[in-house]
Amino acid sequence: MSDPLSPDHVAWFRKMLEIRLFEEKVQELFMQGAIQGTTHLCQGQEAVSVGAIGAMRPGDVQTNTYRGHGEALALGMAPETAFAELMGRSSGCSGGVGGSMHLIDVSKGNIGANAIVGAGLPIAVGAAVAFQIRQQPHVALSFFGDGATNIGTFHEALNMAAVWTAPVVFIITNNLYGEYSPLRSTTPLDDLARRAGPYGFPGVIVDGQDVDAVHGATSDAVERARRGEGPTLLEMKTYRYRGHSRADPAKYRPEGELERWTSRDPIELLGARLAADGRVSPDDQAAMRAEVQAEIDAAADRAVQSPYPTLEETERYVYAG
Amino acid sequence: MSTLAEPLAAPSEPTTVELTYREAINAALEDEMAADEAVVLMGEDVSADGGVFKTNHGLVEQFGPSRVRNTPICENGFMGVALGMSLTGLRPVVEIMFADFLPTAGDAIVNQLPKYRYMSGGQFSVPVTVRSISGALGRFGTQHSATGESWFMSLPGLRVVTASSPGAAYELLRSAIHDDNPVIFHEHKALYGRKGTVRRGAIADLGKAAVLREGSDVTIVATLLMVERALKAADQLAADGISTEVIDLRWIRPLDLATIAASVSKTGRLVVSEEQVHAGGWGATIISELTMAGQSWHAAPRAVSLPADLPIPYSPPLENEIIPSVERIAAAARTALGR
Ligand SMILES: Cc1ncc(C[n+]2csc(CCOP(=O)(O)OP(=O)(O)O)c2C)c(N)n1
Ligand SMILES: [Mg+2]
Repeated sequence: MSDPLSPDHVAWFRKMLEIRLFEEKVQELFMQGAIQGTTHLCQGQEAVSVGAIGAMRPGDVQTNTYRGHGEALALGMAPETAFAELMGRSSGCSGGVGGSMHLIDVSKGNIGANAIVGAGLPIAVGAAVAFQIRQQPHVALSFFGDGATNIGTFHEALNMAAVWTAPVVFIITNNLYGEYSPLRSTTPLDDLARRAGPYGFPGVIVDGQDVDAVHGATSDAVERARRGEGPTLLEMKTYRYRGHSRADPAKYRPEGELERWTSRDPIELLGARLAADGRVSPDDQAAMRAEVQAEIDAAADRAVQSPYPTLEETERYVYAG
Repeated sequence: MSTLAEPLAAPSEPTTVELTYREAINAALEDEMAADEAVVLMGEDVSADGGVFKTNHGLVEQFGPSRVRNTPICENGFMGVALGMSLTGLRPVVEIMFADFLPTAGDAIVNQLPKYRYMSGGQFSVPVTVRSISGALGRFGTQHSATGESWFMSLPGLRVVTASSPGAAYELLRSAIHDDNPVIFHEHKALYGRKGTVRRGAIADLGKAAVLREGSDVTIVATLLMVERALKAADQLAADGISTEVIDLRWIRPLDLATIAASVSKTGRLVVSEEQVHAGGWGATIISELTMAGQSWHAAPRAVSLPADLPIPYSPPLENEIIPSVERIAAAARTALGR
């Protein structure tokens, strides 16, 4: 576990605010038509992205999903670059051809944001096995949802990781729903960490609202992997505040459920601790929020100035060499 | 096992109604499920609030969660389940939320569904319908925008069909469900809101293309969204005195070469308009088959297709640019006419 007075806390707090306000801005830009198609937002899940990514070291890599804005920002993608990608502009991380579901930046260890459920897990195992083969001391993380634990690639990836003792950490962002389906309607378990048992490696249940718990559990798993002891499955218990995607009003949620989760909001939980130990007063937190908001607004304003790419300019993305 | 001889709930004499494409699909599902208890609908969130694309409104209320069954996220798994169901008396309709996930069920679609009957020496039939939600212009990015309409066209034992309008969607989906073979039915997500005339109670002929507009100078063959663009192109061409025949191909397997050959024998000119890369698709196959059959042309056939070497981009202006437009289709026809 990290030191409770670690200076990281202030940075984490700021990063979680950045992710929250980024996502709110995405929603707003979507309503204005500046971002089109679909978006899968992660408000409520910020501690998972920030805490887990905080356990990575230079050279480590991760894969995530269409709901991957939190991981991308936590890995250090500039909000302007992310906005530009969501707006289809040439200054986006993927030159505008990827869009909301594919915030990717290999220079930051972000080797994939996938729109195919379950596709990121074997890719992370592949990266991990490559580290093994090349005797590099790195670890691969893979973020995916609760719903993804029902597709074949989840089980195939866990099995391969186990038999090859691959340095990989599987991170389930269990937000209780896969699209409109509550977990228990598609999955015979509440605690998905138990799915590690049959593959012979540890599965750990983690409070995904508590950035320290996330960071601690992920650090343990990452260092275990780095020591050559193999994979871990982490189950982050969390919640997405918004519907599955922009088209989803989330009417299927039982009354009071959202409120139960917002009462343990990850940003407020950390904010309360920072205030209680006198590190960042509520006023300073409010000032920080205003500052981040101004940065987000400015980033979106700059992104929208970026030109659209041309088809010719995207041709070089098709084949290498 | 249910038989096609059972009475249908839909009126025996077709009645004409105005429906959206979405409602037409809903009506076909409702009529088939009402007529035959063996018909079941299955897929991810098919019963949640009418399904992800709202095509399934009212079905779970009417037929219950046993026959309108939500699955976990596991396309290859539940496609195999559909195969098993079909071997023991059901007629499953499987919804694949985006055509791009058909390859996730690739083993079931390539190695199981089309071959199961053959490798049993004809002991089984496999009446599985796969509803594939297809096509671009949703700004869904490169992994959610394919039509996938020709991906599986080379598989003996399988049928592939496409719906271009509400009327076609209703009649063709019923035809797919009635067929005793595995059928992939493609519906285009940009068409869901289109209104049109539906002959409720009617069922389309298997393997028949539809001549939607008769003409004598040039033939345009299209599927899905390209059909309405081809019809608009024909209007533009008419203003220039060009008479265009527009054919909705409908079935990609089997291809209705006879209807196309008859048209091209009249016009001598062919444009295929495809929301797919030309290579390896139905357009290339039609041109090849006609040519091999000795078709004579007044001008070389032309294809308006997606770029050969580009996946579908997210960036909205780029996505618009690569999908064949009315103007590009009309221009190809003019080129064929040397105008
Ligand atoms: C192979 C595949 N099947 C279906 C989908 C459609 N789909 C996108 S997200 C999603 C739900 C995933 O739920 P979960 O894994 O819990 O992740 P969450 O969206 O909650 O983050 C589904 C079914 C897809 N993208 N890929
Ligand atoms: Mg989920």
